[in-house]
Amino acid sequence: MSEFTPKVDGVVEAELEKTIGPWREAWVGFRKSKVAVVGAAIVIFFIVLALFGPLVTKEGINEQFMTDRLQPPSSEYWFGTDDFGRDIFSRIIHGARISLSVGFFSVVGSIVVGSFLGIIAGYYGRWIDTIISRIFDIMLAFPSILLAIAIVSVLGPSLRNALIAIAIINVPNFGRLIRSKVLSIKEDEYIIAAKAIGMKDFRILFSHILPNSMAPVIVQGTLAIATAILEAAALGFLGLGAEAPYPEWGKMLADSKDYLQNAPWTMIFPGLAIMLTVLGFNLMGDGLRDALDPKMKS
Amino acid sequence: MNKPLLRVEGLKKYFPIRKGLIGKTVGHVKAIDDVSFHVNEGETLGIVGESGCGKSTTGRTIMQLLEPTEGVVEFQGKDLTKLSANEIRAVRRDMQMVFQDPYASLNPRHTIGKILEEPLIVHGGGNAKERREKVVEFLKIVGLSEYHAKRYPHQFSGGQRQRIGIARALMTNPKLIIADEPVSALDVSIQAQVLNLMQDLQKEFNLTYIFIAHDLGVVRHISDRVAVMYLGKIVEITESEELYANPLHPYTQALLSAVPVPDPNYKKEQIIIEGDMPSPANPPSGCAFHTRCPFKMDVCTKVIPVLAEEKIGHSVACHLYTSESNDDIERKKQLEGSV
Repeated sequence: MSEFTPKVDGVVEAELEKTIGPWREAWVGFRKSKVAVVGAAIVIFFIVLALFGPLVTKEGINEQFMTDRLQPPSSEYWFGTDDFGRDIFSRIIHGARISLSVGFFSVVGSIVVGSFLGIIAGYYGRWIDTIISRIFDIMLAFPSILLAIAIVSVLGPSLRNALIAIAIINVPNFGRLIRSKVLSIKEDEYIIAAKAIGMKDFRILFSHILPNSMAPVIVQGTLAIATAILEAAALGFLGLGAEAPYPEWGKMLADSKDYLQNAPWTMIFPGLAIMLTVLGFNLMGDGLRDALDPKMKS
Repeated sequence: MNKPLLRVEGLKKYFPIRKGLIGKTVGHVKAIDDVSFHVNEGETLGIVGESGCGKSTTGRTIMQLLEPTEGVVEFQGKDLTKLSANEIRAVRRDMQMVFQDPYASLNPRHTIGKILEEPLIVHGGGNAKERREKVVEFLKIVGLSEYHAKRYPHQFSGGQRQRIGIARALMTNPKLIIADEPVSALDVSIQAQVLNLMQDLQKEFNLTYIFIAHDLGVVRHISDRVAVMYLGKIVEITESEELYANPLHPYTQALLSAVPVPDPNYKKEQIIIEGDMPSPANPPSGCAFHTRCPFKMDVCTKVIPVLAEEKIGHSVACHLYTSESNDDIERKKQLEGSV
């Protein structure tokens, strides 16, 4: 703690740099990691693809060219065609929209619900904590994909229900994460100071504790989008996600399994798309963790 | 000057020790055990003691940040332990706290302006413009500048942060400030600045301080009266000058003999107290200090000494100063046994 304080008054006047907030500092740290920037680039590439790709693809996703069934990649069909003669390239680009939105919205849903439950459990403790934590334990006792299958079976197979199922199975992960973070933050002096000032719980929770516990949630959220995309693909593959005409990547993989030996491109390209997106989110998440985790800083 | 602003009577704070699956209480840590004192308006009461003696807990229990197990905390004539959570929030306008660690007591994600504005928002102190003006005013009072309001805590040094902590405590014009080791985390040169600032503010705003510290030199500098705590109890309380000139309790004597004197030729008698402080979960019988006391008597292991006025304005809890002899105690015990 032997910090050098030049002036008698304790006011360091040399400190003339611009005000740097904690988020801005994290961004600077994030940019330093090349791997994280590559991950972010992949993610941004897919987001752009999802937003604008459908405008530039020449074929529609469901136009069938029965004469061109199971064609290998060519200048006309860049990624080849599937068993109905549909252009795989167009379908993958449209599929990016589905996979990314399922990943994003399911994770946002889990974060909102998980944060709310976690912050209440962590801050109030006692029996509220016991009840919420035991519910999380029960949910975590199931293998997550099995639980998702069970939820979709109850709700009925559709893309929307797959999204809900994925959101539900991720709630305990975020809930626990926030709870443990809140448990440590609520003993910090600035929270005790907030109480001493006379602040109400609501303000302490949402103005002080929540912003200070968001860093690990953002990291976990980025990584969870990757998992959610995989889970959505798995549900799609099992026929529990997107329904027939939708170009969901997992569903495309499932449809391709009968033609694997004669037309491997029907499988390779959706598989690659899933892999790349997941990789992008994972790399970005790791970079964010390094940038946001205070333990990594000197 | 002589009207008590705060009166603490028989204050106790026990933390339960829970064990096992259902969290059965197997004992208590007696962090504060029957503490009584008062603080007059405009004075500074210093509370000193080793770490773990309960001095910080005393501060937090007075603030009602910890719920007292037993006892009365009377502030401006109101018993705080009987108030509802909403009423306590209102009382906190007049009673503020300065914290020990200036690195942990400011929210790292808020700017200084926001940190200082918050007490005013909570207690309804004017509109946005008035609040900003007041923030700037108090920044200047504690020796910082207007442009500091836009900065974040990590951009300040420890001393500056502690000034911000003090400014935050002053925002609502409180009467009482409980300062929980406000300078122990600072460099010595900065300590003096912060202490002087606190003294200036006391004069300017007619503040009353409870100043908690483990550094006797610091406490002597700022306090009018000093209470010495050991293992959750006050063992001696008196005027600051009297305590330093004429310490009565063996523990106080030992503490004072450990204060360095700025004279290399000065040879002093050091009273070394041996051993560690006993666990407050399992305090020794009788006088809590008897395990380390150089003047231990038989009675010390049996009877808890009460804090009694030995001279005018000088109270001590020690059997060395009680008139009762060991025989008296024995007789009393037999009497109690026969009833």
